[in-house]
Amino acid sequence: MSTTLDHAHGHADHAHDDHHPHGWCRWLYATNHKDIGTLYLWFSFVMLLTGGLLALGIRAELFKPGLQLFQPEFFNQLTTMHGLIMVFGAIMPAFVGFANWMIPLQIGAADMAFARMNNFSFWLLPPAAILLVSSFLMPGGATAAGWTLYAPLSTQMGIGMDMGIFAMHIMGASSIMGSINIITTILNMRAPGMTLMKMPMFAWTWLITAYLLIAVMPVLAGAITMTLTDRHFGTSFFNAAGGGDPVMYQHIFWFFGHPEVYIMILPAFGIVSQIIPAFARKPLFGYASMVYATSSIAILSFIVWAHHMFATGMPVTSQLFFMYATMLIAVPTGVKVFNWIATMWKGSMTFESPMLWAIGFIFVFTMGGFTGLICAITPVDIQLQDTYYVVAHFHYVLVAGSLFALFAGFYYWAPKWTGFMYNETRGKIHFWASLITFNVTFFPMHFLGLAGMPRRYADYAAQFTDFNMIASIGAFGFGLSQVYFLFFVVLPAIRGGKKAAANPWEGAEGLEWTVPSPAPFHTFETPPTVK
Amino acid sequence: MNYVKRLTLLSMAALGLTIFGSASAVNNMEGGPAVHQLNFQTPVTAIAADIYVLHNWMIGICVAIFVAVFGVMFYSILKHRKSLGHKSASFHESTTVEIAWTVVPFVIVVLMALPATKTVVAMKDTSNADITIKATGMQWKWGYDYLKGDGEGVAFLSALSTPRDQIHGASPKGDNYLLEVDHPLVVPVNKKIRIVTTANDVIHAWGVPALGVKQDAIPGFVRDTWFKAEKIGTYRGNCYELCGKEHAFMPIVVNVVSEEDYAKWVAEQKKAMAANADDPNKTWTVAELAARGEKVYAANCAACHQANGKGVPRAFPALDGSQMVNGPQDGQVAILLNGKNAMPAWKGTLSDTEIAAVITYTRNSWSNKADDNIVQPAEVLAARK
Repeated sequence: MSTTLDHAHGHADHAHDDHHPHGWCRWLYATNHKDIGTLYLWFSFVMLLTGGLLALGIRAELFKPGLQLFQPEFFNQLTTMHGLIMVFGAIMPAFVGFANWMIPLQIGAADMAFARMNNFSFWLLPPAAILLVSSFLMPGGATAAGWTLYAPLSTQMGIGMDMGIFAMHIMGASSIMGSINIITTILNMRAPGMTLMKMPMFAWTWLITAYLLIAVMPVLAGAITMTLTDRHFGTSFFNAAGGGDPVMYQHIFWFFGHPEVYIMILPAFGIVSQIIPAFARKPLFGYASMVYATSSIAILSFIVWAHHMFATGMPVTSQLFFMYATMLIAVPTGVKVFNWIATMWKGSMTFESPMLWAIGFIFVFTMGGFTGLICAITPVDIQLQDTYYVVAHFHYVLVAGSLFALFAGFYYWAPKWTGFMYNETRGKIHFWASLITFNVTFFPMHFLGLAGMPRRYADYAAQFTDFNMIASIGAFGFGLSQVYFLFFVVLPAIRGGKKAAANPWEGAEGLEWTVPSPAPFHTFETPPTVK
Repeated sequence: MNYVKRLTLLSMAALGLTIFGSASAVNNMEGGPAVHQLNFQTPVTAIAADIYVLHNWMIGICVAIFVAVFGVMFYSILKHRKSLGHKSASFHESTTVEIAWTVVPFVIVVLMALPATKTVVAMKDTSNADITIKATGMQWKWGYDYLKGDGEGVAFLSALSTPRDQIHGASPKGDNYLLEVDHPLVVPVNKKIRIVTTANDVIHAWGVPALGVKQDAIPGFVRDTWFKAEKIGTYRGNCYELCGKEHAFMPIVVNVVSEEDYAKWVAEQKKAMAANADDPNKTWTVAELAARGEKVYAANCAACHQANGKGVPRAFPALDGSQMVNGPQDGQVAILLNGKNAMPAWKGTLSDTEIAAVITYTRNSWSNKADDNIVQPAEVLAARK
């Protein structure tokens, strides 16, 4: 990379007066990793609010038994689109945004390896999102087959289903390009002296995640393409009447779907592994074991997919295999949690917002991990399959896991992005409000699931009323907390505030803290040397 | 911090209000969920009891680990803080510790897996069933066929019986809201019941929590599961796999009865089915028979002879304008009963009334105007001999 050194940009302290397009061109033609990172983050936040709005629709309907606001067909569209938008529109692009911003800064690279492909992989997302969201307006509405799009229900859907499929094809292409970019950047553009085993954990977890993405996004593309041809071109991949098998769809989908959940959590592990040492003022405990644990989780994620399908009726040997393999994942995940706590042990901790979110992450994510272990036990899982227990479980790992880590990362790195310190009190209000309302929303769902309330139901037995009401109240609180985050934390932090130092955190280490805040448009044009 | 306290207070108040202020009108559901139920439903089969115990064990172990691990973390959070002047240590690795906290969780996981294995094997053992019942999922109800054992031949559909008024809030909801059906599944107590599942359209799932059973019903495939209920009573379940718009409205109700009551129920069902069956000696009008025959034709004949009666050239003969259909009826009755070349024999699958109906339909449809335009079921019955 040092060969592309451009001396005009040498001392780019005065950030935005550089030679780059201004106005809308700056964003449309963006090739700078920081600009593209910003685009990704805004895109994902808009999608988070969109998906959140759909979730509030769901919770409003479920506030009371009976059908009040929506007909069941629309309710099913809400659950389906909430899932698709959150997974493909909010969580995944948000992590890519963090990767774009932070990986070059962390490894001392001037930019991402393929700047124009980077632009393309971002600009594929808005059309895909428009395609996905506007499918609500089509005759028959959006797809209502659940975010898993199980065949043959998916063949019964209207044109909204096709739009959803195309949207996912596009988002998948974007993810693959993003991954290629990240892998190439990490493997080729590290500053001299930064060996792989000296690399920050966030870069490590993203390297592994990018490989997972490249491995499984094409599998999803295959599954939904077969759905598409089953729908329109007379094939029978998943149609038993033509010699196909509906369960094969589930195998293919979950072969993608299980690694996918680690795609959404491994970078979160990375963010937390950066923050805990910074605020404990102590190096990360067991760095090497963290790398190995992350890799083990990634590898194991390929051989556990059928634990999503215990109720389809597999032979006893398959059930046992997938049960054992799934339980094994608890071991490397446990190692990570122990390492974080050992990092905190005998540290000198302070509790600014990033640390609060990181500790909140460990605490609540671990609860989701334990319910995951309980769901791994086949007989128990058969009782819990497709109940609210599962809904509680995956929101504990995806909201309290991925989303909390994203917030932690925001508070940690935003001073580097904006050049201003966010308001600490407001960050804490955001944290406590989110933590409490999150638990009010999702904790009662464990009870609902154990008592047998099925998920994806527009209506439920009246005995479930009170817990549903509590969950709905919590959900609206959680939604409001994120609106608070936008208007009282993010926007003010962009507009101004206390100037952030190059390293605003006493204990933070890494190359990203060696450049000024806000990070100049071009950084590390002369690669730093890492000892 | 003040803010935080107020928020906590507010949410606590909201919690209290919802718990004590609402829904107190609902009672626990017999064989279904109780109000504010926190754990699994009371198990009534050995498998469900195993699952219950297994889950309690798991929760116990998980809570113990959780308390231990987070006890350490919160101790550290309280004591090792900068505001207390704690200076950070610099240790950052220990292979011994890493190995320990890899091996110990591994052992715990193995200990959890062992008892579960026994239950998995037991759940999959559907052999030596006393009664086999096929449960067919369809949008949006269940069909039950008693295939083997006492009650063989009994078949009926089972659909939601909750009035639409209750769903739309026009009348108050009953205690069994959404978990009640018009024709419950009836099985004897202490007998091994094998449930074979399949589906007509999309994937459904047949699940009854108190029985510890949940099995997907997959179109074009059969799967099976089993239960042996140890207590007389009514147990309620749901379709657990998203199956379209009325997914929430196709519940399952299983009545577990004593053996005597079961025998009585089977006798009643058989009597009722016989009463509903067609009397082969009834005399029909052309219009009645043709209307019935149109359905039989659509279900059985149209695939080859086509809905327009034109058949497929060189494969399936046209019925429209056919000499056989417009000629004497004996020939057509014989072909339907006994088959010919590609034409299957229908005497085993269709009843006399159905055969008479479909013949009458073909003789009065399309351009056909047969002189002999009606065949009565009695004539088919006579031709069978």
